[in-house]
Amino acid sequence: MKISAFHLMPHRDLPDNFEEEYHSVWVDPPFWDLATPEQVSKYYNWTLDELVHAAKSGFDGICVNEHHQNAYGFMPGPNVMGGALALATRGLDVACVQMGATLPTTNPPIRIAEEYAMLDCISEGRLVAGMPLGTAMDANMAYGITPIEQRERYYEAHDLILKAWESREPFAFNGKYTQLPMVNVWPRPIQNPRPPIWVPGMGSLSTWEFAANNNHCYCFLSYFGHAQGKAVMDSYWQFLEEKEIEQNPYRVGFLQLVAVSETDEQAEKDYAEHVKYFYNKGLHIAPEFTPPGHQDYRSLENNLRRQLKGQANAREGIKDWSYKDYVDKQFVISGGPSSVVEQLENLIDSLHVGNLMVLMQIGSMPHELTMKNIDLFTNDVLPHIQDRWSDKYENNWWPERLRTKQTSSELTAVGGAE
Amino acid sequence: MSEPKEQTLEVWGNKVETKVLTKGSGPPLVFLHGAMGLTWDPFLEQLSESFTVYAPYLPGTAPGLPDAIKPIDNLWDLVLVYYEIFDKLNLEKPGVVGHSFGGMLAAELAATNPERVAKLVLMNPIGLWLDENPVKNWMTTSQLELGPLIFSDPTGPAAQLMATPPADPEEGIQMALRTTWSLACTGKFVWPIPDKGLKKRLHRISSPTLLLWGEDDGIVPPVYADEFASSIEDTAIQIIPKAGHLPQLEQLEPVVSVTNKFLTS
Repeated sequence: MKISAFHLMPHRDLPDNFEEEYHSVWVDPPFWDLATPEQVSKYYNWTLDELVHAAKSGFDGICVNEHHQNAYGFMPGPNVMGGALALATRGLDVACVQMGATLPTTNPPIRIAEEYAMLDCISEGRLVAGMPLGTAMDANMAYGITPIEQRERYYEAHDLILKAWESREPFAFNGKYTQLPMVNVWPRPIQNPRPPIWVPGMGSLSTWEFAANNNHCYCFLSYFGHAQGKAVMDSYWQFLEEKEIEQNPYRVGFLQLVAVSETDEQAEKDYAEHVKYFYNKGLHIAPEFTPPGHQDYRSLENNLRRQLKGQANAREGIKDWSYKDYVDKQFVISGGPSSVVEQLENLIDSLHVGNLMVLMQIGSMPHELTMKNIDLFTNDVLPHIQDRWSDKYENNWWPERLRTKQTSSELTAVGGAE
Repeated sequence: MSEPKEQTLEVWGNKVETKVLTKGSGPPLVFLHGAMGLTWDPFLEQLSESFTVYAPYLPGTAPGLPDAIKPIDNLWDLVLVYYEIFDKLNLEKPGVVGHSFGGMLAAELAATNPERVAKLVLMNPIGLWLDENPVKNWMTTSQLELGPLIFSDPTGPAAQLMATPPADPEEGIQMALRTTWSLACTGKFVWPIPDKGLKKRLHRISSPTLLLWGEDDGIVPPVYADEFASSIEDTAIQIIPKAGHLPQLEQLEPVVSVTNKFLTS
């Protein structure tokens, strides 16, 4: 089992009436009404400190991602964060999971081949190369990518990046969206021929096929927990079975919100308000900011049919949910350590998942509480689940030099990264 | 009213298949639909009483052919595809009526090769951009907000007709799919700003041109009529009162009458 700490770098102090007063958390929230650069400076540094603390405390990996024009999570340049994190975690057996730089909005896409190679060099071979398609809000709205072309741009950029890493000779690239006379990327990644590639997805069939055909790790990034995610993951495993692909749990990743406290009762006291903040404010996204064409035709038809059958209504009434509702429905795994271990074991078995990303800083959660969550998780939860699958399956989707990880106690003995 | 004839055409080196609805008799008239897709409506029905109306689906928007949009990369490809559609229909120099997105396309066809268009009717066309009066982005406007923008009377019969979903759920899915995919396909040529240089090409249009505009259009306000007219040689502007972005739905009779008069004069 490989468990990584995921961070969104959200605004932690949106006003109480944010979702009533403002149209959307993404694309059009007015910066100067809602934030100051000094405040945001504090958030970035907390975020970096929290991820570095997670790395030093025993997590297998630390994750950052790319989003634009929003208060939900605003790291427009994930590789800027990645550079700082690679240096701060030098000497630790911790993967830098970039989830990652968005392919269709990076022009030319070899910029990602270059920056990921830089990160792999700085981290001395600890990079996981996430290759996101990008949300509609980011790619279509903030960066102006034509919706119906977004996926095609993604495939082309992916092929270019892989070829740029793997080719021994300079080559001309004659794509539809990118034409380059002589591709000859400097530097090249330490991991030869390339770092493992993770493909984040939201359950679309096209992304399944892409991940499976390219033998990449498919990561289902849902905020609606493993109980909701099970239908999608089961279908994915069935899809892989039909293609006669090995049911290796490491070929999938899953994102889960996790909040640990001393007891179940204390967890509610600590985290209830932050969980509600996350769902009510952080996901207050105007649906019209996903323009027609962002979803391809087949996915669109699937979704319309799902809506008709009422399958998309898992979030009905969410505005009025209590903390208990979120936990009962497993949108959030929360409680005392033993209860969290039990819930996570259930998740791991139920989804057959080998790469778990956990969101430790949820919504408005302040810095100190986030550090507490990380400490309790790494001390009292992580050791109970970290060994899962490792006796049975090879994790081919993890940096090679990190596949046999030192334990936390061994790390302490060699002094960590101090 | 009887159904129009539907025929399937292959163009673009047989890589693009699309459909055309045809009805009527008399001089040929091509209708180019807007971003929401093609519907054979009373406007087309009434035009078909005086003309042979040809209404092609923009490739990708015809029922059952969603992938036909893929081989068409850009506006230049699209213009050539439409000349090929004209050729397949044996239309040397028809009259052309274009609405909204179709209006932009009609203007491009008339500007690129002025020999292919006899007369041009542009109904609330997109294609130009004024910073002080930006075109509303219809692809990112909620249904709720869209009503008052496209209709002069958001509670009138035309608006109500559009807001009423079909009783049969399967038909509802098909309709949502058609509309969304039409927006996606037309969006390929205009996202994120519907100004792809038409302004520079308008002076090439030599056919007599009628600019027909719903007075209360909240998507492309009528100030754009002057902008079009200032670059086209032979133009008349007709503002339709009590109509928005879809004047042919809200004010059917005056729109048909003005269009007929212009095309037959």
